[in-house]
Amino acid sequence: MDAASIGSAAFDPRHRKAAPRSLDARVSTVPGVATEPRFVRSLLIGVALAFLMLFLFAPLAFVLVQALRKGVDVYLAAIVEPDAVSALKLTLLVAGIAVPLNLVFGVAAAWTIAKFDFPGRNGLVTLIDLPFSVSPVVSGLIFVLVFGLQGWFGGYLREHDLKVIFAVPGIVLATVFVTFPFVARELIPLMQAQGTEQEEAATVLGASGWQTFFRVTLPNIKWGLLYGVILCNARAMGEFGAVSVVSGHIRGATNTLPLHVEILYNEYQFSAAFAVASLLALLALVTLALKLAVERRTRAHCRLATDRADTAAAAR
Amino acid sequence: MSIELDHVSKRFGDFAAVDDVCLEVATGELVALLGPSGSGKTTLLRIVAGLETPDSGSVRFHGEDATDRHARERQVGFVFQHYALFGHMTIFENIAFGLRVRPRAQRLRETEIRERVGKLLDLIQLDWIAERYPHQLSGGQRQRIALARALAVEPRVLLLDEPFGALDARVRQELRRWLRRLHDEVHVTSVFVTHDQEEALEVADRIVVTNRGRIEQIGTPDEVYDDPATPFVIEFLGQVNALPIPGVPEAVGYVRPHEIEVLRESVASAFPARLAQSATIGRLARLEFTLEQDRRSVNVELARDDARALALERGDLAFLRPLHLRRFEAS
Repeated sequence: MDAASIGSAAFDPRHRKAAPRSLDARVSTVPGVATEPRFVRSLLIGVALAFLMLFLFAPLAFVLVQALRKGVDVYLAAIVEPDAVSALKLTLLVAGIAVPLNLVFGVAAAWTIAKFDFPGRNGLVTLIDLPFSVSPVVSGLIFVLVFGLQGWFGGYLREHDLKVIFAVPGIVLATVFVTFPFVARELIPLMQAQGTEQEEAATVLGASGWQTFFRVTLPNIKWGLLYGVILCNARAMGEFGAVSVVSGHIRGATNTLPLHVEILYNEYQFSAAFAVASLLALLALVTLALKLAVERRTRAHCRLATDRADTAAAAR
Repeated sequence: MSIELDHVSKRFGDFAAVDDVCLEVATGELVALLGPSGSGKTTLLRIVAGLETPDSGSVRFHGEDATDRHARERQVGFVFQHYALFGHMTIFENIAFGLRVRPRAQRLRETEIRERVGKLLDLIQLDWIAERYPHQLSGGQRQRIALARALAVEPRVLLLDEPFGALDARVRQELRRWLRRLHDEVHVTSVFVTHDQEEALEVADRIVVTNRGRIEQIGTPDEVYDDPATPFVIEFLGQVNALPIPGVPEAVGYVRPHEIEVLRESVASAFPARLAQSATIGRLARLEFTLEQDRRSVNVELARDDARALALERGDLAFLRPLHLRRFEAS
């Protein structure tokens, strides 16, 4: 085909008409970017929803139904019962100690790993992941072996009349250990992605280390940090395995909420067990709500910044 | 404030980023560090700023040793390639940052800070942008803000690391002229890093050509362009042809495309060559010849009319006479 005939074909009215029509057809059958047929999409969405129903919503609903099966009075009685209250207090106390500690540790570790290059850096990253890779029961046992009566520090602790294992300090230690990675894991990729340029810029401008941290680094990571803290808190309150090994299950003294649920369940007090479990479920829901709020806040923060600047610009 | 680098070296593992460099930058000068990536120019700049510590050698500001002084105490302004603006602060707060973090005794009053930031915003012609955030600005605007932020602390030395590297070609041209004017206005001793020879030639008072951690040549733009000290410099600064030198096999002659005369008749010291390709770009004609002698290709730039007068067709024989051949012994 020579150039002239190509030219005439391009200007052929039939071709010109055909092009937009085929475009319309494509638009109507392919909304958005998905190209899979309708039934495939419905199937995928259906499977995902069914999975969620079966493994998340149904158990949650079951907990609430079971908890309220013998009426609101029984439910409330199980919750205000002294041992339950003491377990709740202990859980809050443990989380209240473990979460701030891990906030500080996590930020320090992430800062070290993301902003500095030193030998053994990868080793440190692996070490931070250790609590995730070790079974919680084993982590609990580690503390028994170290601080227990027959453990490394057993003699010393007995001489000085200090109790770690089967006491609150042991529970705190085990919880700190298990929840250690949450904040650090959340921050390391974030801080690595942000690089060190802003910190360098601050330093050259004369800022001290603390000024750089509080004025530049912290504002850049605050939402990631909050997110990590929320996850850390959820785990601290819900931890069972490690705490179970070191707690000794002393009612009213070393029982946390998850342990209390187990004891009640083993004693066939199903309604009470589910009532206390519903407290934990409630904590989970609060955590989710907070997480959502944080995410929304992050977006709103960006939007607010844009709006404010635009109105300022418009005013001029 | 002058800068003196005295036998400065810096290694990263086996890689010698900066290798025994000596350099003096006079007060008020605008110097370009020009070299390919990996030539150590950025490392050198960071050593001056105190963001890297040299393995050996010393850095002096106005004769005073600053090698062990912390970056925060060097009073340098540093402009990063990717701006490094503080995303959560307004433009105003970005520029005011260096003033706000001063020790309490030296801190300015709020009104003084406002005044100084306002002046800087005027200087960079962006006074209407103070309440915006960095992510709302274009690349060129951000880089000007970064410059204002660096100037706010009244640095003794201004260091710019590929300041226009992340910008598109048009903005880059505009900004580098602007930087030149700004420098003529504020007159702070400045060093900027670039791999763009055109940028260096246009903006700098003096150019330092670096290669593999060493300095190849220091000179004014005219000096490095007209009298390159090494084959590397001539090859790095603009297009160049390497020609054999008759009778001296161990030497190479370099000639720039616009320094070649194209003749139809043979003369002494001309190289016979055939036209392989030609293109006209604006006022210029770019001709590519293939040397008869060893088939290497030689680029020639002629004025469009001269090229037309020659009336060469592809494959035609012509004679190339270098007008200015720079000879280097091949190592």
